[in-house]
Amino acid sequence: MAAPAPILRMSGIGKQFPGVKALDGVDFRLLPGEVHALMGENGAGKSTLIKVLTGVYDIDAGEIELEGRPVAFSSPLAAQQAGISTVYQEVNLCANLSVAENIFIGREPRRLGRIQWKAMRRRAAEILARLDLDLDVSAPLSSYSLAIQQMVAIARAVDIDAKVLILDEPTSSLDAGEVAQLFRVMRRLKEQGIAILFVSHFLDQIYEISDRMTVLRNGTLVGEYLTSELSQVELIGKMIGRELADLEKLEERPPAREGAPLVEAEQLGRTGAIQPFTLTIHEGEVVGLAGLLGSGRTEIARLLFGADHAGTGSLKIGGEQVNLRTPRSAVSRKLAFCSENRRAEGLIPDLTVRENLILALQAARGWTRPIPRRKQDELVEKYIAALNIRPANPDQLIKNLSGGNQQKVLLARWLILEPRLLILDEPTRGIDVGAKAEIQRLVAELSDGGMAVLFISAELEEVLRLSHKVGVLRDRRLVAELDNDERLTTDTLTETIASGARS
Amino acid sequence: MTSITGLRDLRRRTVPPKYIPVLVTAGLFVAMFVAGGIRYDNFATGQIILNVFIDNAFLLVVAVGMTFVILTGGIDLSVGSVVALATMLSASLLKDGWPAYAVMALVLVIGAVLGLAMGAIIHYFEIQPFIVTLAGMFLARGLCYTISTESIPIENQTFTDIAQTRINLGGDLSVSPSAVIAVVVVLIAAYVLHYTRLGRNVYATGGSEQSALLMGLPVARTKIAVYTISGFCSALGGLLFAFYSLSGYGLSAVGMELDAIAAVVIGGTLLTGGSGFLLGTVLGVLVLGLIQTIISFEGTLSSWWTRIFIGLLLFVFILLQRVFSGGSRRRTP
Repeated sequence: MAAPAPILRMSGIGKQFPGVKALDGVDFRLLPGEVHALMGENGAGKSTLIKVLTGVYDIDAGEIELEGRPVAFSSPLAAQQAGISTVYQEVNLCANLSVAENIFIGREPRRLGRIQWKAMRRRAAEILARLDLDLDVSAPLSSYSLAIQQMVAIARAVDIDAKVLILDEPTSSLDAGEVAQLFRVMRRLKEQGIAILFVSHFLDQIYEISDRMTVLRNGTLVGEYLTSELSQVELIGKMIGRELADLEKLEERPPAREGAPLVEAEQLGRTGAIQPFTLTIHEGEVVGLAGLLGSGRTEIARLLFGADHAGTGSLKIGGEQVNLRTPRSAVSRKLAFCSENRRAEGLIPDLTVRENLILALQAARGWTRPIPRRKQDELVEKYIAALNIRPANPDQLIKNLSGGNQQKVLLARWLILEPRLLILDEPTRGIDVGAKAEIQRLVAELSDGGMAVLFISAELEEVLRLSHKVGVLRDRRLVAELDNDERLTTDTLTETIASGARS
Repeated sequence: MTSITGLRDLRRRTVPPKYIPVLVTAGLFVAMFVAGGIRYDNFATGQIILNVFIDNAFLLVVAVGMTFVILTGGIDLSVGSVVALATMLSASLLKDGWPAYAVMALVLVIGAVLGLAMGAIIHYFEIQPFIVTLAGMFLARGLCYTISTESIPIENQTFTDIAQTRINLGGDLSVSPSAVIAVVVVLIAAYVLHYTRLGRNVYATGGSEQSALLMGLPVARTKIAVYTISGFCSALGGLLFAFYSLSGYGLSAVGMELDAIAAVVIGGTLLTGGSGFLLGTVLGVLVLGLIQTIISFEGTLSSWWTRIFIGLLLFVFILLQRVFSGGSRRRTP
């Protein structure tokens, strides 16, 4: 490929945080009209590189050139004005305002200080049409799905005469159809000569959309490659810098074990959330839940954990009829729930790793019986080692950890309680391949040790790899319960989800 | 794409949910008016509604300021005290022989500066608006007593003229200058909220301060501006109250902040910010005023029944908000 002049060139970038070298001599370039994937494990420096580029952090070494001119941005706003726009994983728009306003707020068309609503709506519709979207621009943003909201965010970003568009994990909460829609928009922008920097943990998506990729590891540059010339296995090798033994070892599925029934849900249901379902989870069994986003996966988990009240049916835990009114009573029966929303519902960012780890155990004991410091250290050390939490410093603040390591801390917090049933809702979303493999291996080990696991994931392969039994959900109904034998593949699973029929 | 277009058609046919709370309040107002007209003679006249405006002009102006604050997700507890301070300052300065218009200008400036100061503290020190404006409330109330612990009558010619003037609207209808001022304030505020950047930034800040910041909006300026506006409106409300009562007293307008908040909430504005209309606030004030009117027509009921009805209404409207916002809130993470 005879490369045109890069629109953006970063050379020798270095960034130091107290005690950590986040970036060290990284080179990066972006060509106009390409989709460039930035790859690396959590903590490899992807986010730091993006933040340095968009002016969130300043650089300690190296320089940035935009269209051949050296630049240094003092704030994201300055970067935006220079033509570098970012769309983050979380949609940073105001859901209460209309679609048109979200695209234009801050630079509304005005005459004598009066906002020209008509002109604004017309121009918003034009911009969306450029992206092949047909929306009611005067409807509030909250009436559209997350995927559409994300595209509105992109529309806002490209309207500011963007030359470079950074998409930081835009797909992590989208389903397959929505991802396809996003990719259509991305291709459209690419044709218009915009350079797109794309970050995602889904390798298939990277291979579908990107032209070129840059791989980082531990804050240093591994290399820049054409996507078509680098196989997935090679890529993973470069990202994690070690053999794939970890991943492959899991390929042999753990044998199904028949333990005593631990949780028996009989026609359990809640109006508007999930239709009555019957599900039994045995000790030492991994039960996977598969289904599209919003099909009722999380709702099942919340019912079993007592986070929502069941409207109908009964629930037995260990053969005993129970009525879970609150998560507390579930915890006292040794149930644990790792929610999908780890930032909002799980971790306390300003506490240390130790404090976050101890939290659930301390709560279970009651505040009047503090855990002795020696016991704390012992536990924390054990779980940091067992889950390979990095950095292995118990006094590090949680917010300074990467996503995968935060997830491990959250897991460890529940594991300390030695639960009988562990409910994991999307435990591997938004985390890198290495950490993903570690979490998967851990789940397998735990179930071998007799713990029951309810495993919820959007990635069918992952569900298949780990589960003994798969519950298939569709439209808030448990439509099938399939034993995971040789005949069950992602294809049959997809078919079941699509058809909704009991096979 | 077909599914999106389909949804769009569906939505067109129904009323957008954001208008429902305002419509409910409007419906309630009409129902109360009709019920009153059936029950009492001489009730269903235009003058009754105008009287509600006349008697509540100060509350309306204060509630307008409160609407700005609540739309950003904040709260201003100081408004009642600032109203009292404005009446005290006017009365004592007029007694000392200051010219009426100089007094008005000074009072308005003081109200705005108080609001500005509270807004700046809230924003730059990241302190809860509740606490900061609570402090402002005690401060302003305390300042009233440093002026005088007694009620001071206003005998200034300009003030009594304004108090006694009635503007004839033709027929038997007439309004006070205060009511006209209040309506003008409402119109200006509605224009600002809907047609200016400041107004839209108010909504954006209330929707998500974090997002507004990342979208490059001047969140700091917006937040400070709404408390300044609220301070200004409180001072103006205080002047209207002085026209109405022709005296200044440190104990006047006790609890008016709560009436203003109640009016805003009954008008359909979400306490969490980002959603609501000024028209709703006007309707909220009208509903509160009409309750008082009905109770005075009833004659035998104690005025405390006003409070009971307001309390019940608040419950109903907060539940309504929950129902209407609950559905859409769940989707957005």
